Amino acid sequence: MSKTTVLDLRELRRRQPRFTGMDPGHRACQGCGQSLAAHIVTEAAGPDVIVANATGCLEVFSTPWPQTAWRVPWIHSLFENAAALAAGIETALKQQGRPTKMLAFAGDGGTFDIGFQTLSGMIERGHNVLYVCFDNEAYMNTGVQRSSSTPHAAATTTSPAGRMRPGKRHLKKDLLAIIAAHHLPYAATATVAYPGDIKAKVRRAMAIEGPTFLMIHAPCPLGWVHAPELTIKVARAGVETGLTPIVELERGKLVSVLPIREKRPVTDYLRLQGRFRHLLGDDPVAVQEREHLQALADHNIETYGLLAREGDVRDSVTAALVRRGGAIR
Amino acid sequence: MLEIRIHGRGGQGNVVAAYLLAAAVVDAGLYGQAFPAFGAERRGAPVAAFVRVARDTVRRRCQIDRPHIVVVQDPTLLKSPATLAGLEEGGCVLVNSARAEAIPAPAGYGARWASLPATRIAEETVGRPMPNSALLGALLALTGLCPLAALEQALEERFPPDTAARNKRAVRAAAERVPEHAWRRVVDARGL
Amino acid sequence: MRAAFEGSQAIARAVARCRPQVVAAYPITPQTHIVEGIAKLVADGEADCEVVSVESEFAAASVVLGAAVAGSRAYTATASQGVLLMAEVLYNIAGMRVPLVLTCANRAVSAPINIWNDHQDAMAVRDAGWIQLFCTDNQEAVDTTIQAFRITQETELPVMVCVDGFILTHLFEPVDLPSQEQIDMFLPPYRFSRTLDPRRPLTLGTLVGPEHYTEVRAQLHGDLEAAAEAILKADADWADLVGRRAGGLIKSDGPHTARIGVLTLGSVYGTLQEAARELVPDTPLRLMALRCFRPFPAEALRAAVDGLTDLVVLERAIGPGMGGILATEVRAALAGLRDAPRVHGAVAGLGGRDIPLDILPRLLALADAAEPVRCSVIDLQKMPPARLGADR
Repeated sequence: MSKTTVLDLRELRRRQPRFTGMDPGHRACQGCGQSLAAHIVTEAAGPDVIVANATGCLEVFSTPWPQTAWRVPWIHSLFENAAALAAGIETALKQQGRPTKMLAFAGDGGTFDIGFQTLSGMIERGHNVLYVCFDNEAYMNTGVQRSSSTPHAAATTTSPAGRMRPGKRHLKKDLLAIIAAHHLPYAATATVAYPGDIKAKVRRAMAIEGPTFLMIHAPCPLGWVHAPELTIKVARAGVETGLTPIVELERGKLVSVLPIREKRPVTDYLRLQGRFRHLLGDDPVAVQEREHLQALADHNIETYGLLAREGDVRDSVTAALVRRGGAIR
Repeated sequence: MLEIRIHGRGGQGNVVAAYLLAAAVVDAGLYGQAFPAFGAERRGAPVAAFVRVARDTVRRRCQIDRPHIVVVQDPTLLKSPATLAGLEEGGCVLVNSARAEAIPAPAGYGARWASLPATRIAEETVGRPMPNSALLGALLALTGLCPLAALEQALEERFPPDTAARNKRAVRAAAERVPEHAWRRVVDARGL
Repeated sequence: MRAAFEGSQAIARAVARCRPQVVAAYPITPQTHIVEGIAKLVADGEADCEVVSVESEFAAASVVLGAAVAGSRAYTATASQGVLLMAEVLYNIAGMRVPLVLTCANRAVSAPINIWNDHQDAMAVRDAGWIQLFCTDNQEAVDTTIQAFRITQETELPVMVCVDGFILTHLFEPVDLPSQEQIDMFLPPYRFSRTLDPRRPLTLGTLVGPEHYTEVRAQLHGDLEAAAEAILKADADWADLVGRRAGGLIKSDGPHTARIGVLTLGSVYGTLQEAARELVPDTPLRLMALRCFRPFPAEALRAAVDGLTDLVVLERAIGPGMGGILATEVRAALAGLRDAPRVHGAVAGLGGRDIPLDILPRLLALADAAEPVRCSVIDLQKMPPARLGADR
């Protein structure tokens, strides 16, 4: 007679086998937000997908020939063509009558900057592709150079902080607004601080026939200059200060946000990261830039209505309680 | 080999005229080659197209510098030296004349000069001021290069039925207005 | 079926009968008529294919790359700036060994901007790893296009079919358009050995470090050289089926006794043939058209120039600071050959300058030079009209 083991629900869920699209053991840095996000996305998307990956850290650390971390069909071509490559594969799949879902992966460089044109074209033509941007706010693969996604005043190797310049002079490009102007079926932001939220949004996008866009805020310990174990903490501070709005858009219109239960000052986010170290002193420029960033956060909070209201069940605290493999909304 | 150059203005169907003529002679069992003078001209600018007709395949791809026949879709182009440039002694010129009376031939062209109001014929038959099909009808009547039926077939292959029918009327109307086979000897001399 | 077509439409019909499943392109003169023609055939239900109208040539090349690795026969066409904008993807396609066919409606490269024919665009990507086949007329363009789909599938090397912009693409003349049945007999359904499929996940386009990269590149070089066999076989099989060849690796016309030869690329070959007959009927002359520019058929070229004392290379492109590109390669291919002819470099027809019949006497004059002519742009001055020939 076999022995019967009684498990509680929590343990049962823990033991439940999950689909893994991307194996561990690849060469990402410790605490890599992009690697974490890619694991979560492929896990949620399931096995019937093909991934078109732009040049970048993800491609480099996951496919050093003859090794690969990918358990799903995966192709890398160039830095700036992930969206066009995905569009071509999707067109072939459609022509052949194969239901496989197409994913495109790129970093902020491949999305905001060099690959922006192919992304716009892909969305405009209505290809059935879920495009995922892993936004770590600089060119990390080439050693932390500023991109148009780099936040204002952040220090990178090409926007260094010095006596004359307090880091990046320009604002972070409002890519989501540009994407929204395509009036695509679904666009959303997410962050590695809330894995359950990422999975829910991936599932949502997977169910939509047409172009969808998901931008995942993904800290880079190397480029943001924080300890590897702080990745989630940094990402969550971004949300709770209002600097990283977590939102969903349908046909370009805001339909939901992740409300902030308790708004925190931007300094809570800045002081965790070396890239903002030059903003923490008392000199007038630092003070002014801190005020500037606080104003940007406040603007986000006002624009998207990010403050939690009485009766909100899901907010910046409760969303973190949803386990990675767990419940969806 | 017979070499024909067609001059017109952008929008007058110059290249189409060249293609139709080549298609007609091919339908009639000859070799025909047509191509535009390669330009980026917009509507109204002077343009040219070339047609070569022969019994056997022609392999040269160069432009026609010394035509045997010049077709002029817009008489104002006669003011340009390029229009009749390289025309051989004894060569033929067919001009679309907007005026009722014929445009007189310049010295040296004599009998190998013909004009007809192709635009007016087109307005009456095609319903649009596109002189090209009427000029082609007149050219075939003058030269006997190939039967009018071959041109009509080419029109049917290129255009929807009603457009083809209207252009066929233009071809017939124009053909009746010029002396039949007046230029036949020019074609004969080219081995056609 | 023999009928008269504009070159672009003959190519479009040939492509459609090769049953591509995905076509992506961006408009550029003088290529545009080709994809317009394909789009119309699809709209009229004469071809079952997805046409993707992309936002750039860069995207066009990326889309067909994606389609091909997803298991669909794919096709694109471009010219000039489009080739250069695609350049990064073209290298990538060849490096990934993806089967694709591209028609290059050869056109000059800016600046100055010029929409007319020369071969600078194809030359700019000669080292991308593509097979490059040049056509002397529209029949060859049709036949080579069909052959290209088979060659690319067999070799997993992309094929660029080079067709002179305007001179051929806009030339209306009779062409024998092979039937659907003939093409189906010749061209098997598309199959790609590394098709992306969730049931058999593969990783393509990986990072390859110094420990393997040399081997991959050397293999590409070796396989491209070996592709000459597939190119010859496709042409031979095609000849068995339809009774005509499209030029093999190199075409030759003229007596074995000829001591002077002229080698060229593309459509000017026909003009030279008629010029030889009309203008210099008593001069034994060997005319050659290099159909296969990549892989460069050095052995076939050495055989083709046997017995020549002088070889004039006429080309429609120039390597600024060096001279003729083809001439330089010909010299390299003939280096060390016993009794190799003197090689004279001639450049003409840049940016659509008409090459008339009497280019030939000028080319032959180069062969009389005391020393080999390295690079002469021979049509710098406006040439007089063609002399009267036997036909006139």
